[in-house]
Amino acid sequence: MKRIYVKENRCLGCRLCEWECMYANSGLDAMFKLKGKQGEILPRIRVEDNPEDIHFAVNCRHCKQAICVKSCIAGALSKTDEGMVVIDKNKCVGCFTCVLVCPYGAIMPAADGKAAQKCMLCTDNDRGEPNCVKYCPNGAIVFEEGDL
Amino acid sequence: MNIYIPPEYEVVRDGSRCIECRVCERQCANEVHKYDGDLKMMISDSTKCVNCHRCVCLCPTHALKIVKSEDTYRQNSNWGAQTMNEVYRQANSGGVLLSSMGNPNDYPVYFNKILVNASQVTNPSIDPLREPMETQVFLGKKEVEIKRDISGRIVDTLSPQLSLKMPVMFSAMSYGSISYNAHEALARAAEELGIYYNTGEGGLHKDFYKYGKNTIVQVASGRFGVHAQYLEAAAAIEIKMGQGAKPGIGGHLPGMKISDDVSRTRMIPKGVDAISPAPHHDIYSIEDLRQLIYTLKEATDYKKPIIVKVAAVHNVAAIASGIARSGADIIAIDGFRGGSGATPTRIRDNVGIPIELALAQVDERLRQEGIRENVSIVVAGSIHSSADVVKAIALGADACYIGTAALLALGCHLCRSCHTGKCNWGIATQRPDLVKRLNPDIGYKRLVNLLTAWNHEIQEMMGGMGINSIEALRSNRLMLRGVGLNETELRILGIHHAGESM
Amino acid sequence: MKYVIIGNSVAATACIEGIRSVDKEGEITVVSAENRPAYGRPLISYIMLGRIAEQNADYRPKEFYEKNKVNVMLGQRAVKIDAGKKAVLLESGSEVFYDKLLISTGSRPFVPPMEGLDKVKDKFSFMTFDDMKSLSLALSEEKRVLVLGAGLIGLKCVEGIADKVKSVTVVDLAPRILSSVLDEGSSSIVQKFLEEKGVNFVLGDSVLSFYGANARLKSGKELPFDILVLAVGVRPEVSLLKEAGGEINRGAVVNERMCTSLPDIYAAGDCAEGYDKSAHANRVLAILPNAAFQGRCAGINMAGGDDVFDGGTPLNSLGFFELHIMTAGVYEGECSEDISGRNYKKLFVKEGKLVGFIIIGDIRNVGIYTALVREGTPLSQIDWRIMSKCPLLSAYSAKERDEKLNKGV
Repeated sequence: MKRIYVKENRCLGCRLCEWECMYANSGLDAMFKLKGKQGEILPRIRVEDNPEDIHFAVNCRHCKQAICVKSCIAGALSKTDEGMVVIDKNKCVGCFTCVLVCPYGAIMPAADGKAAQKCMLCTDNDRGEPNCVKYCPNGAIVFEEGDL
Repeated sequence: MNIYIPPEYEVVRDGSRCIECRVCERQCANEVHKYDGDLKMMISDSTKCVNCHRCVCLCPTHALKIVKSEDTYRQNSNWGAQTMNEVYRQANSGGVLLSSMGNPNDYPVYFNKILVNASQVTNPSIDPLREPMETQVFLGKKEVEIKRDISGRIVDTLSPQLSLKMPVMFSAMSYGSISYNAHEALARAAEELGIYYNTGEGGLHKDFYKYGKNTIVQVASGRFGVHAQYLEAAAAIEIKMGQGAKPGIGGHLPGMKISDDVSRTRMIPKGVDAISPAPHHDIYSIEDLRQLIYTLKEATDYKKPIIVKVAAVHNVAAIASGIARSGADIIAIDGFRGGSGATPTRIRDNVGIPIELALAQVDERLRQEGIRENVSIVVAGSIHSSADVVKAIALGADACYIGTAALLALGCHLCRSCHTGKCNWGIATQRPDLVKRLNPDIGYKRLVNLLTAWNHEIQEMMGGMGINSIEALRSNRLMLRGVGLNETELRILGIHHAGESM
Repeated sequence: MKYVIIGNSVAATACIEGIRSVDKEGEITVVSAENRPAYGRPLISYIMLGRIAEQNADYRPKEFYEKNKVNVMLGQRAVKIDAGKKAVLLESGSEVFYDKLLISTGSRPFVPPMEGLDKVKDKFSFMTFDDMKSLSLALSEEKRVLVLGAGLIGLKCVEGIADKVKSVTVVDLAPRILSSVLDEGSSSIVQKFLEEKGVNFVLGDSVLSFYGANARLKSGKELPFDILVLAVGVRPEVSLLKEAGGEINRGAVVNERMCTSLPDIYAAGDCAEGYDKSAHANRVLAILPNAAFQGRCAGINMAGGDDVFDGGTPLNSLGFFELHIMTAGVYEGECSEDISGRNYKKLFVKEGKLVGFIIIGDIRNVGIYTALVREGTPLSQIDWRIMSKCPLLSAYSAKERDEKLNKGV
């Protein structure tokens, strides 16, 4: 399965990926319409900075043995046949056990605080391919077959 | 007291489009943009802006633009704002003004006043998509006599040659003036394109020895980073006598650009300014130059062509004639528009001559003296496009060096602030956080794209002229016509005015 | 091969998946006393809250049983295991034969003896879907609810009913709420928060007796109520195994392959014990992820595969209204705390490792801490200065980060 990989030595910490993620999942038809919507929609990718000027983006790794899927109390998280970890919003009750167990910090409460959200590789919006990858200005986020 | 100098450009933010993502803030090394927590909005300080367009390019909602400031001094055709500001700046600081990249002033660009011929009816043009079209060139001394051994077999006496898949190379830009990633992009692009890049006077980083067969190493007046393996690693060696942006003066790399790696590569102390003297202290004549050339040839077993690079100055033709007799294999001439990472403004803007005129004169002089085949000629100093390459070759060049065009391909927006070391595009900087911004994987691809496109265009223009080999275009000045040029200019260029036939 | 699973929740489902990862054909029968497909037990308070529609509450999609070729016997209580005959006797009198049997019966409510309890009309447990349904029916705006037990179950029930009734009072013997999960400081934050929502607590006290619509407490206090919820505690449901002669401690004793002491009988989930990596002992670790891991492990082994459950770590993610609480591991060793307003963070470091934490409020990336606890990562391998402030992957070395983010996971 194609996964998102991050190249730390290329990441500038500009956080465009976070905004492109929000845009892709906002349903808006122009990015500037995100204006004033901070807090109403949250990114499913997060950029970490460290004091040594290291930056990198993190989103769902789609783990083979996904501990979040096993820990979900509602069966809202599951793996597709291809291996993608998906969340069913209608089933998620917002207990955030997945947040507690995800070793990457890649699942987070959605903006309304009532359900969890995670990267589904932009298959759940109209982009079709990961928007963060497409708009990373430095090729730091790639979408490719991994060594699995 | 320092006199306040109003910014030349202003950052304009469209508040209705700005989503306060703060990408501009994170991407500006000059700290122009800032999120103001009290006002809950982005604010910009135009006085710090160098107009590099990094923020404009990365702003995801295109909320930013940079405009020329409307704040002007009283209209004056004699004392322009720029001139006045420079006086203020020098009165403030007492310092020599520094600039970067090439001369931006309003001097004529002769390439833009030269037009290229095409075939019609009586001589067929060639379709490069259907017919072979040769853009490969060989640089180096060509033998005019054929020698045979006693049994009549031809003896190979050909001097070492550089083989270029197209008549363009990347000109000398040192590691130090530009970043590691910029060098990697240039080296990898040269390898893929089958051309050469040039180390400049910065030594060769250990990581880039593997690109040696596509590398020209430079030996300049500071002799930084020169040692046996360095010479051995390269495909050719360039002795830098002068640079178009600063004829007659040496180089100056500010200490803050001398990082660990740069210091190691140049073999100089870290953090200390690197000064290349104005002259080579061992070269005061063509004979002295010849000694250095043969020293380098000896050191490399006569296997590598030696390039001598000079700035285009008033008596460049006579100088070139001397170089052609000195044992050099290639002469590189750098016009007054050539770029630089840091140069005194007055030198850059007032010294040297246009490359078009210098080239025409050098080619002409060497032909007259019958020594044109002794050397190849490479020209530099604002080759803007494939059309300039075609025109330069028709004026007598074997190949062109491009510097600025290559940097533009890597993202440079000609803000001309290289000397500050804070290049937001990761090119002219050694700050690791900024160097990172130039991903060589992307950069090298863009360079390859650019020159692949140029090569197509060169072939199109050659085909149009009915020429299928770039060699046949060299010095073919009948293919050129001038427009708006006076008699003297036409004579120097050795071309007719447009409208005149053969 | 005939597989029989008693019980039908998370461990059972994971067992089915485990079996099917090895054996695509064997006959699987699930015997469930409940009348509906598997659901996550903790879900019942959320259903009550309306956070999830009843029809979405199934743990697996509708087609799950059919797709996995599982014969589900709903509403059939298993009453006896005949280990000799390898048969499970059902309440209905019929027998189900097995080659491999899984006991995943979970736990049952524990009710201490209280005088007059049998006379209380509206009393409920809060363990199953049916419990929740019948409690829901009894609720109305003028009812006063008395909840016995300020543990997880009791308080989740409180969250579910608080807006629907006149008053809620919680009584617990312990001096603080959630005493098994939280320390004093965090417990008082949660208590205060719930009190602001109108919940009354009577702590360090217990009910001696009921008379009429009153509870008389040990302290002498009297509490009038209309509805009683019993959430004092739970016990592993191991009666079937015990009767069949299986070894029982607190829960069913199993080895790392989830085998009980009886041949071909496995146990998993809340009814079974397992290795607790944090306590360094075998014990019942009644948390949902554990049931999933144990169930799957049992399934794989039942089907002839080879898997071990190498232990679990206590984990709790609790939400009461908009307040989120996360805990893991044990609260031993050196504690570093960061407490401001409603944000509460305590990290417990012992022998150079993070062994547990309690976090209330800012729960972002908490899983990064959990991984440290679970994996027992020596803190010398990471930048603890960064990590102790905030759970970040950047505290790992460049090599570790590369492993985590760019290699197969």
